[in-house]
Amino acid sequence: MNLSQFFSQHSNEILQATLEHVWLVGATMLLAVAVGVPLGIVVVRKPWLSRPILGSANVAETIPSLALLGFLLPLPWLGDRADRLAITALTLYALLPIIRNTAAGIAGVDPAIREAARGMGLTPRQILFQVELPLSISTILAGVRVATVLTIGIATIAAAVGAGGLGEFIFRGLAMVNNRLILAGAVPAAILALGADLLLGIMERALRPAR
Amino acid sequence: MNEAVNAGVDRGGIVEFRHASYQLPSGQTLLSNISFAVRSGETLVFLGRSGAGKTTALRLINRLIDPSAGEVLVEGRRTIDWDPIALRRHIGYVIQETGLFPHYTVEQNVALVPRLERWPEPNIRPRTYELLALVGLDPGLFLKRYPHELSGGQRQRVGVARALAADPPILLMDEPFGALDPLTRAEIRMEFQALQKRLGKTIVIVTHDTSEALLLATRIALMEAGELKGLYSPQEFLQSKEPVAAAYAAKLRALEGFERGQ
Repeated sequence: MNLSQFFSQHSNEILQATLEHVWLVGATMLLAVAVGVPLGIVVVRKPWLSRPILGSANVAETIPSLALLGFLLPLPWLGDRADRLAITALTLYALLPIIRNTAAGIAGVDPAIREAARGMGLTPRQILFQVELPLSISTILAGVRVATVLTIGIATIAAAVGAGGLGEFIFRGLAMVNNRLILAGAVPAAILALGADLLLGIMERALRPAR
Repeated sequence: MNEAVNAGVDRGGIVEFRHASYQLPSGQTLLSNISFAVRSGETLVFLGRSGAGKTTALRLINRLIDPSAGEVLVEGRRTIDWDPIALRRHIGYVIQETGLFPHYTVEQNVALVPRLERWPEPNIRPRTYELLALVGLDPGLFLKRYPHELSGGQRQRVGVARALAADPPILLMDEPFGALDPLTRAEIRMEFQALQKRLGKTIVIVTHDTSEALLLATRIALMEAGELKGLYSPQEFLQSKEPVAAAYAAKLRALEGFERGQ
């Protein structure tokens, strides 16, 4: 039985696992953006908080993913459900690029534009929402893109705690020394990553402000 | 305090500096003990070299900064007693790089302050048309364009239109024509001079260009090293014996002589 036959025979299972994978990554990214963008704004606005925030996000990045899942497992509410646990761990990984790019995007807004906005009587909130965020949207999206591709890869580890996704095939394949099973997880994950990269790349270019 | 406020109004100052100083947190003094009044309807030009404190003085008027000592009054009220947002929307502001929002069309840029002030939408559209026409741009042609699709001179005109949008009684301009090439600059200056006469606004301009100051000013406030060296009408300025003013005038005459081939 060659690989394509194997894939078509197991297409239902692969599709199921892919959808689980997309759910894990999608939920992670929503959460990571909801947390990371505000943190990125805080990093620019409150310089004394920039070290602790970026430092923590950096540390989270350095913890091996299996170990991070292990650390979070005994926590009361988090450890109760596998997908909850996995999404939390994945979010911690996804934060750094989003925080960093949000901060870089806002810091990169032309000071003359900010000065004009202040001088015209925009409130700090209006400057943020009408000027700074729209002008940094493509930089923020670049961070989301890096984080998404990263998360699609790391999410395969979520299967280790029973959160499902394409990692199921990879772990099973490793246990059974079955390359086709490993590929059944790895190939769709790679396609997902490429697709997300392409799509977010297009959005990023489309939203980049013209100069 | 009431007495002082009344005194400001009596002197006819729509903007008044009273012993105003500004220091950076580092202790460096950018402006020291400036006192004078801008009269309603005049065009006052801050003239001086870079670092003379002209821009600092301008930024004190719309409360982008607060004086470290002394006070600045706008319409008889101390700037620190104004709500900064209300004060800034009450004063038009044009800067050298124009500061147009690159992600807004010309229409959105010009309508910015009216929208912030929640004008009814049906009033905004005619206003943007009127303003573009006022600064010499065809509304039909330009309203939908983005700043990067405009020339430097056109951007500057849009910047002026934006500053005038909510009809502020006071207009502040920081090196408004500084980024333009000499020809466009001369052209826009002349147009602005005509516009100035029609509008009758109180205008405060910062420039380092003597001929620009002489062309546009009702009075020139000569600045040097954070100090006000004197206030002159253009005629007085050219005849002044004050060393700094005389140096500017001499430089200008030398330049004119050169142009005439003498």
